[in-house]
Amino acid sequence: MKKTFKLEDLDCANCAAKMERAVSEIDGVSFVSVNFIMQKITIEANDEAFEEILKKAVKLIRRIEPDCRVIL
Amino acid sequence: MSKKQKKMLLRIIFAAVMTVTVQLLPLQGICRMAAFAVPYLTVGWDVLYSAARNIFGGQLFDEQFLMSIATLGAILLGEYTEAAGVMIFYQIGELFQNIAVGKSRRSIAALMDIRPDSAVVIRNGSEITVSPEEVTAGEIITVRPGEKIPLDGEITEGSTAVNTSALTGEGIPVDKTVGDSVNGGTLNLTGVIKIKTSGVYSESTVAKILELVENASEKKSKAEGFITKFARIYTPCVVVSALLLAFIPPLLFSEAPGEWIKRALIFLMVSCPCALVVSIPLSFFGGMGGASRSGILIKGADSLEALAKTDTVVFDKTGTITHGSFTVTAIHSEIISENALLDIAATAESYSNHPIAKAITEAYCEKIDKKRIGEVKEVAGFGISALIDGKKYFIGNAAFIKKIGLEPHECHISGTAIHIAEESEYLGHIIINDTVKPDSAAAISELKKVGIKKVVMLTGDSSHNAEEIGKLTGIDEIHCGLLPAQKVEKLEELISAGSKTAFVGDGINDAPVLARADIGIAMGTLGSDAAIEAADAVIMNDSLLKLPSAIRISGRTVHIVKQNIIFALTVKAVILILGAAGLANMWLAMLADVGVMVLAVLNSMRTMKKL
Repeated sequence: MKKTFKLEDLDCANCAAKMERAVSEIDGVSFVSVNFIMQKITIEANDEAFEEILKKAVKLIRRIEPDCRVIL
Repeated sequence: MSKKQKKMLLRIIFAAVMTVTVQLLPLQGICRMAAFAVPYLTVGWDVLYSAARNIFGGQLFDEQFLMSIATLGAILLGEYTEAAGVMIFYQIGELFQNIAVGKSRRSIAALMDIRPDSAVVIRNGSEITVSPEEVTAGEIITVRPGEKIPLDGEITEGSTAVNTSALTGEGIPVDKTVGDSVNGGTLNLTGVIKIKTSGVYSESTVAKILELVENASEKKSKAEGFITKFARIYTPCVVVSALLLAFIPPLLFSEAPGEWIKRALIFLMVSCPCALVVSIPLSFFGGMGGASRSGILIKGADSLEALAKTDTVVFDKTGTITHGSFTVTAIHSEIISENALLDIAATAESYSNHPIAKAITEAYCEKIDKKRIGEVKEVAGFGISALIDGKKYFIGNAAFIKKIGLEPHECHISGTAIHIAEESEYLGHIIINDTVKPDSAAAISELKKVGIKKVVMLTGDSSHNAEEIGKLTGIDEIHCGLLPAQKVEKLEELISAGSKTAFVGDGINDAPVLARADIGIAMGTLGSDAAIEAADAVIMNDSLLKLPSAIRISGRTVHIVKQNIIFALTVKAVILILGAAGLANMWLAMLADVGVMVLAVLNSMRTMKKL
């Protein structure tokens, strides 16, 4: 499953790169791209684990840039 | 400016005024420190807060952390003015970055704002305004003058002029009337029209283009990959050097550590690779935005980079250099009447979508009775064999006729000869010709001007015809009589000879070549999914003249990216050297770091400008 979410208040490009790296290291994620300009994150992962992975991703994103919110 | 940004600005102004005031007051010792704490904390409390939180979150070497260490270090050394000043500059930089990036993000987004907002659909006799996503295929929508056409479809009522510039970059209005198809995302200029939609919004041209452009930055450029890797090692390296600088020289020369710690703190000021990390994707996105405004879709930053490096452009002939719309110019029949020959050819080709087939069926004025056709087999690169009225016919090029053991007659008229034969008898041929597009020659001479060394044409056509076209347009190298697979071979020869190739085709049966080239460019394909899928870049209208401007835009973008990388790295290196030698102070370091970022962001915005 491949899904795209909006990132609100993603202010720092370096953080976007960090998020991308962090999320890609979650088990089961086959593709991830943080689009700083469009303020979006695209995650591709297997269907069964998607919810679980998404939760982890949201947590990681919040840790990297606390002001940034993922709009689910 | 948003509310958040305005608040920040107020904090900065307050802190700046306070710092200057406190500096002028004759305070000493702890009082002085306490007085400076007010502006310092006003402007920097959130930096300190997130630094502390990030340490617990495992985010070491993070920008805020380094800035906190640098300013707290300055306070310990008694440099209160510097501590407050550096924090103020840092926040000014952050604020600027925030505003500039937000602004450029919005202007790039606006550049591609071709998304229709609403559709007026007629349901049960009354007009209802809905979002384009809610309209189903086959419904009738009304579009008034000045409104964006929301979905692809066919005009059923009214006539108008349409501005397609949002999709094609071409500003000249196109007249459309009943029966013509229109694309979503284009602008209805003059008349009220009713359109029968041909599909849902998500399948429309405009939705596909938007999806493509928005996802374009998923494919990262090499430059960005390099900088991301570089950023990962740069910060730790600078921090480690700062530590070494703070402690090794004092130990070696048994000097007081104060001066060396001060120099080390300068290192921390320039330890964030932000200027690079922000400006590179911004430049590429700007370049892709600028290109899409001129009617060239580039599918990723990597493609844009490849396009800038191109030195050899390979064209397909049909539909690219030439119009691709054929007309029958002569019929030479050997045995049967000319009309009977055309009848066989038209009937056999009636199922095919190939432009040659279309020309033949168009030339045949009578209605084709499809019941007469039995089995039809297509032999790629040769032609077709078909059973008509129970008899087997072979229709194709000269090689096809030779393959079945017959001898085709050569024709003196230039054009493509379609030979027709029965199983044991050669019947004759039909000559079809295609004309060169008026702007092909101009486009090729423009290509040479933008630094293309070699222009090659690959075609399945006969040598006679191909050479004539080559001479007319100024093509350097022509390979003719090629089957689709041989086109790939020829391209591979060029690639292995070290050429950076761009292949330009219309997407009809040259998908493998499009895919094999360093960059595949499909053209004249508004609405053709297959070509958009296979190519790395799409020219939205038929004009080959877009190609040199696409190369120019990509060249400029890559150039700006390089400028930014070199500029930012040089300034940082100079500050590091000056700082280590004790020739720079914290003010200079901070100013340089913020300045580089500002200039890099402003420079990257140049990529969006039209050429």
